[in-house]
Amino acid sequence: MTITQKILAKAAGLATVRPGQLISAKLDMVLGNDITTPVAINEFEKNGFGSVFDKTRISLVMDHFTPNKDIKAATLTKQCRTFARKYDILNYFDVGDMGIEHALIPEKGLAAPGECIIGADSHTCTYGALGAFSTGVGSTDMAAGMATGTAWFKVPSAIKFELSGKLPPHTSGKDVILHIIGKIGVDGALYRSMEFTGSGLSSLTMDDRLTIANMAIEAGAKNGVFEVDDITREYLKGRVSRPYTEFTADSDDDYDDVINIDLSEIKPTVAFPHLPENTKTIDEITEKVPIDQAVIGSCTNGRISDMRKAAAVLKGRRIAKDVRCIVIPATQSIYLQCIKEGLAEIFINAGCVFSTPTCGPCLGGHMGILAEGERAVSTTNRNFVGRMGHPGSEVYLASPETAAAAAVKGYIGSDIFAL
Amino acid sequence: MKAHGTAHKYGDNVDTDVIIPARYLNTADHAELAKHCMEDIDAGFTAKIKPGDIITGGANFGCGSSREHAPIAIKASGISCVIAATFARIFYRNAINIGLPILECPEAANDIADRDEVDIDFDTGIITNVTKGRTYKAEPFPDFIKDIISAGGLLNSIKKN
Repeated sequence: MTITQKILAKAAGLATVRPGQLISAKLDMVLGNDITTPVAINEFEKNGFGSVFDKTRISLVMDHFTPNKDIKAATLTKQCRTFARKYDILNYFDVGDMGIEHALIPEKGLAAPGECIIGADSHTCTYGALGAFSTGVGSTDMAAGMATGTAWFKVPSAIKFELSGKLPPHTSGKDVILHIIGKIGVDGALYRSMEFTGSGLSSLTMDDRLTIANMAIEAGAKNGVFEVDDITREYLKGRVSRPYTEFTADSDDDYDDVINIDLSEIKPTVAFPHLPENTKTIDEITEKVPIDQAVIGSCTNGRISDMRKAAAVLKGRRIAKDVRCIVIPATQSIYLQCIKEGLAEIFINAGCVFSTPTCGPCLGGHMGILAEGERAVSTTNRNFVGRMGHPGSEVYLASPETAAAAAVKGYIGSDIFAL
Repeated sequence: MKAHGTAHKYGDNVDTDVIIPARYLNTADHAELAKHCMEDIDAGFTAKIKPGDIITGGANFGCGSSREHAPIAIKASGISCVIAATFARIFYRNAINIGLPILECPEAANDIADRDEVDIDFDTGIITNVTKGRTYKAEPFPDFIKDIISAGGLLNSIKKN
């Protein structure tokens, strides 16, 4: 069996599972945000479920439109807050202690290896970085999960990514996952797992892994999962005190495909509009693509190492004239760390705005909407039509280092690192 | 169960951001969401559809966000079925869970043209293109999923069991 299949077998109370098998799995955590939870609450209440399965195993994170962007959004958040109080939900995170859910949940130790997690947010696949099975679902699945503590799954087959080598300068986990999506396409892993292993793991930080697992959904995958190693165990120290189970795959024969990735060959990579698979390596971008806005943050790239990489580029420099640069650390703790390390000062001196946590601009919610004809370089995860604002705007996906360099230059191009 | 309507054809990778843009996600009201269905891919969508009409898409229909607002908007706009070559997995789950009929059938998705009249028999999985006089066979659902559909969605099926 694959890593995913072993976790699902355990969650379903079965010795083995096979691809295509339909199972009912016990859930270790059920997650929702301020957009998806209200729809789940409506279904939960309409169907008369009078109690939640476990008030400690539900996490509600108010991150998308908060601090509330308008009256309608405020009404949705209020509905979540009322529900959380009524059912005494332990892990309810509102303004003041909330962060972007997929940065916050690992940080708070609410995901661990071998656990089975669903979230009414597609980027719930992020916690695969810790060796968990973690997948995005809709609000009805979330309502069912909150009521019963179970979810149905079709056991996925998997693609194995055997990583070797070490990333070169100016590259990070974002470039790895953009490279992979460019190679296999936005449905290249449809219905399947993406499992990451190999000698190259030892050179990938936990933040790199969280970024890679986060975007598994952009290749259509059900989940992305990393083999647990010392880097994982080190990250979990002080965060997770409950016992957890580490799984490894049996053999390459359990996989549909094995794809070898030499990390030393990865180059800074940018996804052009309007699909994450439209990738070009930085040296292939022969023209200069002028930008109006740069966004550095999100569940994909709002962690402390992302902030440090952007700050290293921006230190002592200024954002290009006519470019707006929006920097958003993903959690309160990362925000505070940015202040302590002097990164906040670097960003502000460079001419960036430095915001408290929110998903805001990534989904065209608030805090940086694009007008018609405007173009952004963004460290987020999707560049679909209208994703960050007007349907006639454009989003180019890149790493924090690339986005910061482009913000200084005022364009995306092959020479942006010659600052 | 049967459906009949005019097909409205779209390409590959129709994502949930174009099905229902995030700027409208500050409400969970079904009728309100339906008003903006498909707005960023086809601004005239709500004006041209009739109750019972059908959406066809290529590969990976419904990719992107997990927002259940996407199948809700489609269902509430009166669409009776979405036929696609393949569906993104979260959209697939969500459609089943809320009772929006969907069929995976690459042949139908490819052959049905925009504005063709289409008949669907969900029991047999037979899709008839009335305009072209051709039929296609969709993949039948596994029994487990048929049970969810016949119960009227996931939560009804949970209550029943």
